Amino acid sequence: MKIFITTLLAAMLTDNYVLSRSIGICPFLGVSQKLSSSLGMGGAVIFVMGCAAAVTYPVYQLLAMLELTYLKTVAFILIIALFVQLVEIALKKLLPPLYRTLGVYLPLITTNCAVLGVTINNIDDGYGFLLSVWNAISVGIGFTLALIIFSGVRSRIEAADVPEAFKGIPATLVAAAIVSMSFSAFTGMI
Amino acid sequence: MTGKNGYLQEFTKGLLRENPTLVGLLGMCPTLAVTSQAVNALGMGLATMFVLIGSNCVISLLRKIIPATVKLPCYIVIIAGFVTIIDFLLHGFLPELHESLGTFLSLITVNCIILGRAEMFASKNPVLPSILDGCGMGAGFTLSLLAIGSVREILGAGTWMAGTPIALTLPAEFPKLAIFSSTAGGFMTLGVLVAIAGILTRKPLPKEVGCAGCPMADGCRSNGKESCK
Repeated sequence: MKIFITTLLAAMLTDNYVLSRSIGICPFLGVSQKLSSSLGMGGAVIFVMGCAAAVTYPVYQLLAMLELTYLKTVAFILIIALFVQLVEIALKKLLPPLYRTLGVYLPLITTNCAVLGVTINNIDDGYGFLLSVWNAISVGIGFTLALIIFSGVRSRIEAADVPEAFKGIPATLVAAAIVSMSFSAFTGMI
Repeated sequence: MTGKNGYLQEFTKGLLRENPTLVGLLGMCPTLAVTSQAVNALGMGLATMFVLIGSNCVISLLRKIIPATVKLPCYIVIIAGFVTIIDFLLHGFLPELHESLGTFLSLITVNCIILGRAEMFASKNPVLPSILDGCGMGAGFTLSLLAIGSVREILGAGTWMAGTPIALTLPAEFPKLAIFSSTAGGFMTLGVLVAIAGILTRKPLPKEVGCAGCPMADGCRSNGKESCK
């Protein structure tokens, strides 16, 4: 039980994928303008990450049995791409309200390196099935947390008086540096 | 696009004018994650360049064969294949670099620069320009990473290219700013370099990363919708 709590806290605070490991920066910068889109993207990522971890674990066991583990990158990215398509089709048919909220973010997730990253890290760290899925969900929660915090910071930048050369992305990056710095205070907590 | 100048331009556009990292703002994850040391930055840049040239070449050769409906999975498999090759090569010949790049080697697969060049260039152009485009974009990416890595390593650790024959060490009285070795320093260095590149190219930066700066915008179903603003 203890390991599940520490995994969650580590993924959210000390080892946040976006702010400490710099994985998943593109959606972090691209979709964090508004709180609503941050929440939508975060929800979609948590869901896809959890499912991707659940699907890739048995596939890796199969590859290990056949001694083809070097194919894991190719296999995992294909599974994720396929899976995202499937989820999109299924949501559209079965749960239209959820599709309207999360649907637009789904295509962007295939190239979200945090999803591929978490499945590969699960294997490298030797997690079992349950812990893999839980770790993936925790990482997704950490990603969402970073997006939500940063969307608040960004709405303030828009009102700030920024030097001409720094307008737009450079100012956003410097603000991200400050948010990331504040997260480094959690180091050593676990 | 014909003649010597045309080919030369395919190569040079990636260096500054259409630099994928500092002007296009693509492939942010490796840009921030592996650049705390100049050596790792250079290694990551060259590995990505290898994959980019290879995938551009193969995709350009197959551009009339790959059906439009399944082009993305096809591109991803080709790219992932080259990533596996470079993974093996580094593991065999440069085990130390392989160790320090870790997961980020596998993550080259989802580097949007590579998928972006496949979609925007290699799938529409003959082989030779595609290879040159791959060289130029790869070189631009490598140079940007090396610049970020050098700034971060010099300010953060007081060394440059540590662990190589050309390593330099700053005198001990030079203050070390540990913040530049952390992720926060990466964000900050990138922010400043993007601002400098904006001044050098005298081009208005893309306001947001969103769809405007995204090479996948053509094929992306959420293009133009609310989320992409």
